[in-house]
Amino acid sequence: MKVELTPVNAPSMRSRPVYAPLEPRPGKLHVIVADDEGAEAVTDMLAKANNRSEILAGAHVMYCPGPTGTDLSGNLEGLGAAQFFRAPTIPALLPRLVRVLADAHMGTQFYLAGTEGLIGQAEREIMATGFPFASIQKEHRGSTLRRVQCVHCKGITENVATDPFKCSHCGLNLFVRDHYSRRMAAFQGVNIDAEDPGQVPESVVRFK
Amino acid sequence: MSLDFKFAPDDFGGFFRDETFRDTFTYRNSDPRRFPFPFDRDDYMYSVNMEPHVPGRKGTAFEHMLDVDEHYIAEMIDRAKVLAEDPLRCQSLPHMTLAGWDVLELIMEAKARDYPQWFSLTRDGNRWHWVNRPLGIEQSFTFLDESTLPYPPFEYIMRQTQGDWTLQDERDGTLWMDAGIATSQADWSVDFDVGMNFHEWHAPVPLAHEKGVFDRALKFLLKLQHGAPVRRFNWTMTVNPLLDTAPETYPKWGPMRTTLTQENMGQKMHLRVELQSLYRLPRSNAIAFDIRCYLCSFEQIAEVPKWARRLHRVIRDLPVELATYKGFIRNRDAMVEWLSKYDDGAPTSPGWFPDD
Repeated sequence: MKVELTPVNAPSMRSRPVYAPLEPRPGKLHVIVADDEGAEAVTDMLAKANNRSEILAGAHVMYCPGPTGTDLSGNLEGLGAAQFFRAPTIPALLPRLVRVLADAHMGTQFYLAGTEGLIGQAEREIMATGFPFASIQKEHRGSTLRRVQCVHCKGITENVATDPFKCSHCGLNLFVRDHYSRRMAAFQGVNIDAEDPGQVPESVVRFK
Repeated sequence: MSLDFKFAPDDFGGFFRDETFRDTFTYRNSDPRRFPFPFDRDDYMYSVNMEPHVPGRKGTAFEHMLDVDEHYIAEMIDRAKVLAEDPLRCQSLPHMTLAGWDVLELIMEAKARDYPQWFSLTRDGNRWHWVNRPLGIEQSFTFLDESTLPYPPFEYIMRQTQGDWTLQDERDGTLWMDAGIATSQADWSVDFDVGMNFHEWHAPVPLAHEKGVFDRALKFLLKLQHGAPVRRFNWTMTVNPLLDTAPETYPKWGPMRTTLTQENMGQKMHLRVELQSLYRLPRSNAIAFDIRCYLCSFEQIAEVPKWARRLHRVIRDLPVELATYKGFIRNRDAMVEWLSKYDDGAPTSPGWFPDD
């Protein structure tokens, strides 16, 4: 297994999500899920819209602060969306998204913005309902901290900043592979010193 | 079914070997010439390299559509052990049940047709009766009725079939690996990859994306027709005859890579060949992908002079990215040194098969 440290901004691997700026689209229901600096992606999208009031009249906005504490909920709260919800964390946000999805019809537009952890987990819930992949827009903003699954113990470590890092579940030293699973909403972490126990390269901060 | 296969080596004329792929590592090939040596020339680079999967030369791994060889029972015992340790190695997303029945039918038909002495399938409408003599299994069930089998159809047949298998759903112009079992894999995780599309699950492979290999392969596979399966080779190296080289258990088997010397290289280092075959399934329109693993020690490869010469040249000249990805970069020099003793520089004949 190769230890390969790739630049954070390079979508070097084909399983790595590709993100693009959010675009306003026509729809009856606009489900907008954001965290961290994703709030600014949402306001930028609305600024481009020539049917801004129409979108807001059918919008359900869910937001939580980013992993480093950035809280831009004020930017979204006052927009005048039909519904606005501020959750303290991603796990606290997801049950509401699941409930909203239960009533959502085809033609619903999804806008996900912010950290890869938020985007991945929200996308997973949306895809589980059978909505087409193409109805989901994603824009990465803010923190690049990663959600990583340990391939050995299967535990997920949130907000990984360094590479390698210690699995928060089993304690193995893992390097962060640029291989991403939409179903897990996580990158893959693989033991770095299996062949040479104890020989762990110095951790570098790759994700902020 | 359980772990307690009633395996007696003397049954079936002693055909099936009583051997292990772990701990004692007693696996070996009775005849290395049966091994599907994957190099048809003295160098290697990725290519789509697909050909029709039609019955081939007698006495080789290509003789039948599905090769049931002397390792069958031992491999099925090893698979049962892996699944008992880690049930996540076999997964099927909810919409893949029909494809599971499709592949069950494909396998039962092929085995009953090509190995009537070991397998039989009797059908009366949807009421089927399956006999697998080597594993001591007899099962009456209703085709397409899950409640009549002890496991879901995919897992049921996979516990009786060599090779890792994945089932690909086709939608949005690509293939989605929405079911799979892996207990003899070359370092990829079913649990992580299930649900990915064709380009996503191949993402970690170096060099090949840039060469357009996966774009071409996907285009080709989307045109795959029912009744016209195709095959190709892949290969890597494994220290000790370990079938299960999963990333999940890498901390257990990875250290074995550090145990090689010139003295034990011949016994320990194995060329690991995947004979991959692909089948379009009739009801689900899914594609079944069989990744059948064959292992042969360097020592046994050296019994075939053409193969030993060629393997030396392939390993020596392989691009460093590939040796790294395939996980043997740390041992490559030692492997080349060992193999060089069997390479006198003589030219090799084209094609895979031995000269004699």
